[in-house]
Amino acid sequence: MSDADHEPSRTRVPMPMAAMSDPHMSDAAKHPARVELIIAIAFVLALGFFALFGAAYWQNWSPWMLGGSVGAGLFLLGFGMTAWGKYLMPQGPFVEERHVLAGTQDERDAMSAALVERTAVVVRRRKMLGGLFAAGAGIFGIVALFPLLRSLGPLPGNSFELTDWREGTVLVDANGRPVRRDTLVPGGIMTVYPEHTVNARTGFITENGQAIDQTVLLRLQDAPFKTSQGPEDWTPEGYVAYSKLCTHLGCPVGLYEQELELLVCPCHQSMFNIRNGAIPQFGPAPRPLPQLALMFNEDGVLAAQGPYHQAVGPGFWERTT
Amino acid sequence: MSTTAAETKRSARAALGPYGHVGRLVDELDERFGVAKGGRVLLDKIFPDHWSFMLGEIALYSFVVLLATGVFLSLYFVPSTNQVVYHGVYKPLDGQWVSEAYRSTVSISFDVRGGLLVRQMHHWAADIFTGSIVLHMGRIFLTGAFRKPRELNWTIGVTMLILAIFEGFIGYSLPDDLISGTGLRIGYSIAESIPLVGSYLVSFLWGGHFPGDIIIPRFFLIHVLIIPLVLLGLIAAHLGLLVRQKHTQFPGEGRTEHNVVGSPMFPTFAAKTTGFLLMVTAATALLGGLAQINPIWQFGSYDASKISYAVQPDWYMGWLDGALRIMPSWEFAGFGHTIPFEVFLPSVVFPGLIFTIALLWPSIERRVTHDNEIHHLLDSPRNRPKRTAAGVAMFSLLFTLFGASSTDVMANFFHVSLNATLWFFRIAVIVVPIVAGLVTYQLCREMQGVHGIGKRKRAVIVRRSAEGEYTTVPAAPRPGDERTELDPEPVPVRIDIEPLGNGEILQPEVSPTGVRQVTR
Repeated sequence: MSDADHEPSRTRVPMPMAAMSDPHMSDAAKHPARVELIIAIAFVLALGFFALFGAAYWQNWSPWMLGGSVGAGLFLLGFGMTAWGKYLMPQGPFVEERHVLAGTQDERDAMSAALVERTAVVVRRRKMLGGLFAAGAGIFGIVALFPLLRSLGPLPGNSFELTDWREGTVLVDANGRPVRRDTLVPGGIMTVYPEHTVNARTGFITENGQAIDQTVLLRLQDAPFKTSQGPEDWTPEGYVAYSKLCTHLGCPVGLYEQELELLVCPCHQSMFNIRNGAIPQFGPAPRPLPQLALMFNEDGVLAAQGPYHQAVGPGFWERTT
Repeated sequence: MSTTAAETKRSARAALGPYGHVGRLVDELDERFGVAKGGRVLLDKIFPDHWSFMLGEIALYSFVVLLATGVFLSLYFVPSTNQVVYHGVYKPLDGQWVSEAYRSTVSISFDVRGGLLVRQMHHWAADIFTGSIVLHMGRIFLTGAFRKPRELNWTIGVTMLILAIFEGFIGYSLPDDLISGTGLRIGYSIAESIPLVGSYLVSFLWGGHFPGDIIIPRFFLIHVLIIPLVLLGLIAAHLGLLVRQKHTQFPGEGRTEHNVVGSPMFPTFAAKTTGFLLMVTAATALLGGLAQINPIWQFGSYDASKISYAVQPDWYMGWLDGALRIMPSWEFAGFGHTIPFEVFLPSVVFPGLIFTIALLWPSIERRVTHDNEIHHLLDSPRNRPKRTAAGVAMFSLLFTLFGASSTDVMANFFHVSLNATLWFFRIAVIVVPIVAGLVTYQLCREMQGVHGIGKRKRAVIVRRSAEGEYTTVPAAPRPGDERTELDPEPVPVRIDIEPLGNGEILQPEVSPTGVRQVTR
């Protein structure tokens, strides 16, 4: 539909507000007095509820008293106001003409001409200046990115491959106690950290210890056994340790289905078969949880034979298999 | 002088002119800023009366609630992950290592008077904010309100939805509790999954490895300053365009492409919308006071090696979580690199695709319809079966994914295996949108053929004559039937007000402005 055949009214629209004899200016309600009474009651009740809120705050009553009173008061106030607008104010309906926003073709041409012709005059004559300005602005844009982006954090390097586990690192629980032969009964499970990440006195665990090094230690029946990731001597006395970071999105694999010998990630339900090298049985996790080779050291406590043989946690571009 | 005080008052009032102090104020303002002409136009702006137009108002007013409650919360919240030992009124946490962010949030909940109410209002208002944006967007989409000339406003709206989702996610991550920390860990792994740049992205954003000690302060700044500021600017643009281009309206008697029919800004709409602002605030206050949300003291402070069962994000992130759950484990590994497609596709590519389609929808549709006209009258969804079917298919896709985000809870609740639940959703996510789209298309087509649909039907009286012949007579119209909203009969008048010198009012018979009032 073209606006050409419509006479565009550019006049702003005054609204009739004073002609009280006009039927459209009268209240919308059939019984205005009754509506007015209801609104008045709502407003009075609102006042009461706000007073109740004041008292509740003053006396430090429970949050549901605070929310209930102020919510009820606001609701009644809003209800009354809406009813006032809907039933006791002129309803019309009123009509407002749209004015056409677009100008004439001449006006548009004038603007385009100003843009194009002036640019042509200025830039065509001073091509070198234009080029130099563009180069300067562009280079500024690039170098400005360095402090804006590069200062935010360190380069990742190969840090995603590293954990605090080394050859001989002792496994400790969240209270800093090492694991002895009889710490877990067959079927038991616990979370362990490298010894130096846990402060045994305060119970404080370093960020890396919690977020990266966290390892789940289990003891299975029928020791010894071999997994798909390592030989029998990685699992002394039936103890087997896997990274606790799910290979899907890095949640801690915190659920243990003892009968089926499955570790389950509560985030997206990936399941890992612990007897068979934590191969994923179900869910979106793509890789087994890396296994930590264990040994009992000369003090008779569990220690790592070495670092994880691959990066723990979810996949990323630089990860090699 | 022997004049009494009353007479002085009267003469002073007379000196002010017929409109008293208000008139004087308008005079003063207009002399300086020229407000009278534009201000009058604003007071007269017409708002169409239709319930679906209030969905956007809910979004606007819940944003107002978010700003007000958010300022209150920021007075007490400490954006720091420094670990401290908790000693406070909540005894089950006593002696535990918690972060300062967590401790201050627990303190807002238990020590600050009214703090728990405001915290829960803020959280509820955020859920209402995103929800009303989605509903408002659905209304705009299904009625074709995004068509020329309003494509830019649609784009602004979709951008605000994206920002609102980020703002919500960042906001509920701030308390550093066990559940939000797990969400943050998932967000970190999602960003890490992006090929080539992933590890740099997370390393820069988190200032090193997860969790680090910088992410909560950075998220705090983004949450309280950057995104709200952008949202405020976009809201201003959204509403500015709305005033400039005027409202759309549904077709009806007396409504054309060249007018807007409804109630004036002042006083009718102003009263109704103020009431509505109060009621939206009331809803958040009632929810915040009566319905518990995010009881972080039960979850405990974040510890990356702990986790709880039934870990679900807020509702507006649910579709992404569902997509992550049902995706098969298709990691690519080779050539010395890894591309975790099982993460990258559902949580980066898929939402990117959805939002790109949403942002570009006006031009996509125009490419199909070749419709380059200006539209101010809205479509009825049944009259645009293909668009309606596409919208319904999209919504059912997203809501099926939302359902898939609680596979574990469903499996537990219905006592079916997790495997069956997972495969149910893998199939449903393909089948449901197709079926829903086709059914919608067919329904729209059939509704088009029904005469007088959407109008109240007049009763028909069936009479049996003495000979046994049946005749039908339409019943007399009931009072409600007579009320056609706008009578096509035009339109006597609009009455201009021209106060004369003697205090009377001049009422010209013919409107010079084209303003019309229509009898109903």
